[in-house]
Amino acid sequence: MRVALMVTCVNDAMFPGTGQAVVRLLRRLGVDVDFPQAQTCCGQPMVNTGYLDEAVPAVRSFVRAFEGYDAVVTPSGSCAGSARHQHRLVAERSGDPGLAAAVAETSPRTYELSEFLVDVLGVTDVGAYFPHSVTYHPTCHSLRMLGVGDRPRRLLERVRGLRLVDLPKAEECCGFGGTFALKNADTSVAMGSDKARHVRETGAEVLVAGDNSCLMHIGGVLGRGRAGVRVLHLAEILASTEEQPA
Amino acid sequence: MNRAENGADNSARAEILGRVRAALLDVGGDLPDAPVVAPAGAGAGAAPGDLVALFAERVADYRATVVRCSPDDLTAAVAAALPAGARVVVPAGLPDDVRAGIPDPIADTGLSATELDAVDAVVTRCRVGIAETGTIVLDHEPDQGRRAITLVPDHHVCVVDAGQVVPDVPDAFALLDPHRPQTWISGPSATSDIELDRVEGVHGPRRLLVIVVDPA
Amino acid sequence: MTGTFVGMPAFPSAARAALADTQLRHNLAHATGVIRGKRAAVVGEVDNWEELRLAGAAVKERALLALDTQLVRLEESLTAHGAVVHWARDAEEANRIVVGLARAHEVDEVVKVKSMLTQEIGLNEALEAAGIAAWETDLAELIVQLGGDLPSHILVPAIHRNRAEIREIFARRMGEVGRPAPADLTDEPAVLAGAAREHLREKFLRARMAVSGANFAVADTGTLVVVESEGNGRMCLTLPEVLVSIVGIEKVVPTWAELDPLLRLLPRSSTGERMNPYTSTWSGITPGDGPQEVHVVLLDNGRTRALADEVGRQALRCIRCSACLNVCPVYERTGGHAYGSVYPGPIGAILNPLLRGTGDPQTDALPYASSLCGACFEACPVRIDIPEVLVHLRSQVVDGHREDRVPKPEAVAFRGAGWAFGDARRLDRAERLSSLAGRLLRRRGRTSLGRLPGPGSAWTDARDLPAPPTESFRDWWRRTDGGERP
Repeated sequence: MRVALMVTCVNDAMFPGTGQAVVRLLRRLGVDVDFPQAQTCCGQPMVNTGYLDEAVPAVRSFVRAFEGYDAVVTPSGSCAGSARHQHRLVAERSGDPGLAAAVAETSPRTYELSEFLVDVLGVTDVGAYFPHSVTYHPTCHSLRMLGVGDRPRRLLERVRGLRLVDLPKAEECCGFGGTFALKNADTSVAMGSDKARHVRETGAEVLVAGDNSCLMHIGGVLGRGRAGVRVLHLAEILASTEEQPA
Repeated sequence: MNRAENGADNSARAEILGRVRAALLDVGGDLPDAPVVAPAGAGAGAAPGDLVALFAERVADYRATVVRCSPDDLTAAVAAALPAGARVVVPAGLPDDVRAGIPDPIADTGLSATELDAVDAVVTRCRVGIAETGTIVLDHEPDQGRRAITLVPDHHVCVVDAGQVVPDVPDAFALLDPHRPQTWISGPSATSDIELDRVEGVHGPRRLLVIVVDPA
Repeated sequence: MTGTFVGMPAFPSAARAALADTQLRHNLAHATGVIRGKRAAVVGEVDNWEELRLAGAAVKERALLALDTQLVRLEESLTAHGAVVHWARDAEEANRIVVGLARAHEVDEVVKVKSMLTQEIGLNEALEAAGIAAWETDLAELIVQLGGDLPSHILVPAIHRNRAEIREIFARRMGEVGRPAPADLTDEPAVLAGAAREHLREKFLRARMAVSGANFAVADTGTLVVVESEGNGRMCLTLPEVLVSIVGIEKVVPTWAELDPLLRLLPRSSTGERMNPYTSTWSGITPGDGPQEVHVVLLDNGRTRALADEVGRQALRCIRCSACLNVCPVYERTGGHAYGSVYPGPIGAILNPLLRGTGDPQTDALPYASSLCGACFEACPVRIDIPEVLVHLRSQVVDGHREDRVPKPEAVAFRGAGWAFGDARRLDRAERLSSLAGRLLRRRGRTSLGRLPGPGSAWTDARDLPAPPTESFRDWWRRTDGGERP
């Protein structure tokens, strides 16, 4: 099986450790993962702000980079959701039937990390070790756009040493929302503060989620409040071992 | 209405329908003309006894009072349901076994709203009872009377035959005649407008008492 | 005496003011929390809820996609049952019809059933200008009207008020417009509801004309439906001689039987009850029972504009249950006033631009008043994909500015991003700059950025931002051959 990593633009530029964790994890599970250099961004920031024309080049890069792979894996529910649900729209807007046909090929083969592990590889125990208390925030797009359900929890429950603590009001949005975090910064921060308060209430050492953009927002609020809670991407916990801890 | 206003209406009608047609140009003419078939309601195939028990439970959930009785006890149950000395209005077609429980009933002869406001209670029958939702439906036939008589008095006693209880909303729709005015009643008048705190009794009857007559 | 939404600031600044009101935030969090819990419990009772949602959506879709035929059929059925049908293109025309009817009957007051539509068209103000008093009779609408306030929720217009505030409004204002509140008025909800009952009863008993909206209008039988709780609707629909119902053209339901799924969906989604206390249905005139003169005004007011939008038209399926408001994390924190319209919350954020068209700053901000979390779509009983429509409307807002002589900084930024994302080599160069900044910052021991000036301050005023890493992922991959080399 030819598997490509879509690292996402945010992880590429800001959180390379997450991409490295996915590579380590997949190799440990016997997957030969490739990183197509032509990839850039899924186009979601443009689409969600209303710049459909500006999203066309990104979607072109996407289908060019990932053409021919059996599966595209990404450590982001939001970007997987964009590839699966928004690329068709962008292709329609471009008026290019070739792009639409390419999107129809790549979209259904794009998986969020927990989906790929549980549904494609059929594993929940990935041999990870992480001896800490952890609370899990299901991000909106993984939960409601993709419907990843309890897959991330099932993976976390099998991590040795990990103690999973329930997050109150877990399914409520953290307030990131892409450019919403800037255009409606006050509301975004109000939502983020409530999320951060619930995280602190759990007493967990680590907050985990499947999207670094949401974690950057919640972590930013936690950090400003000097909460002392670490935020980590799901991939980094699943990649963690006794020899190479996260 | 004068002619000029009718004229304005006609041009508005033509213009709105024209806008609708223009808005739907992308849809084309191949629309499904068959009504949508909704999924089944709850409790299909439930035993009649269970159905009536559920109905009584659900009506009581709304803080309405529910009394069950046999046909022989109906007259006494109606009498017991009314406050002592209450002035009671009744619809013209109220059956005798119900009417017999009411001392000095006031027949509705087109009473004004103000006259009805001086009445304490009303006793009627209904058309359908819905078990799943605890609803009684009036279609204002002569055994239930005009809409106003079950609205203005503060105390409504409604007699429901066990056989009138259906499982769920779709069963009621199948029985009811849309050309009759209907009032679907689920508990006494209520509001949750203040801090989402439910209060029974605003403008409609503040007390609803449902008498379920079990089969003999 | 009534406030107005006209001239309200755009959402971000209106929201900022609302967020600063701690009493408001407390009232909203409490109320939305209670109603979310009630809804979840009664929706959980229905095994085939998803099938029911699909049926509800299909019924409304069937009506909307053949709306011209359905409206003509509705008009025929209504007329056959003795109702007089009027058509109104816009608010002004609808208001003129109602004022004309009131004048023809020489009434100086009307009683009103809660109706979103009459708020949308400003009917009360139009009647007032004609010297006709319009009495709102729904408890929450009464609170809003007496308080000189604006509604902030579709179902619970006074959701932003707590009991103490309501007591104060009743004590101060009821006597000015009718029967005063009792001297010993407390802030118990039951006592406040009792005061409203006494205050309005005299108005119900004397009113000769009522104005209502309708939740549904059945085309093949001419049946109008009003769903309510308090009995004020029944009072208005039953006691006066003349009844005028203003109905948006999207309220049509093709057949009587197709009302069934909608009446199963609405109460559970709306008040979180298995069934609302009162539902009234009537088809024109019933001799000897209820109003003997019945008018129905079919109103467009932007609905055909929404219908013409192939993505947006699904918003016309809305049955005004307000479930989307109650689950919306944005609404919960800002309340309804920030949306600057009688239709607040997620549905308002799409309905207002669809009805009015984009192009003014207040309307254009609404599609952005969402984090696109999707909770609204999940709760919607007629499956309106609100996030999809929000994104679609955002593109309309952007497209409306493509010809601007001086583009907005945001547009310049996205054009730049679009260009960079078109080719990985361009992105690579941008990332090199970012890594350079990261190395400089981290050399000084900085792992996160403090408060930034300029546009970055929107993020950093209240949130830390991590310093960029010293190396991008793609540089790491190239340098280590994907981690194969150290």
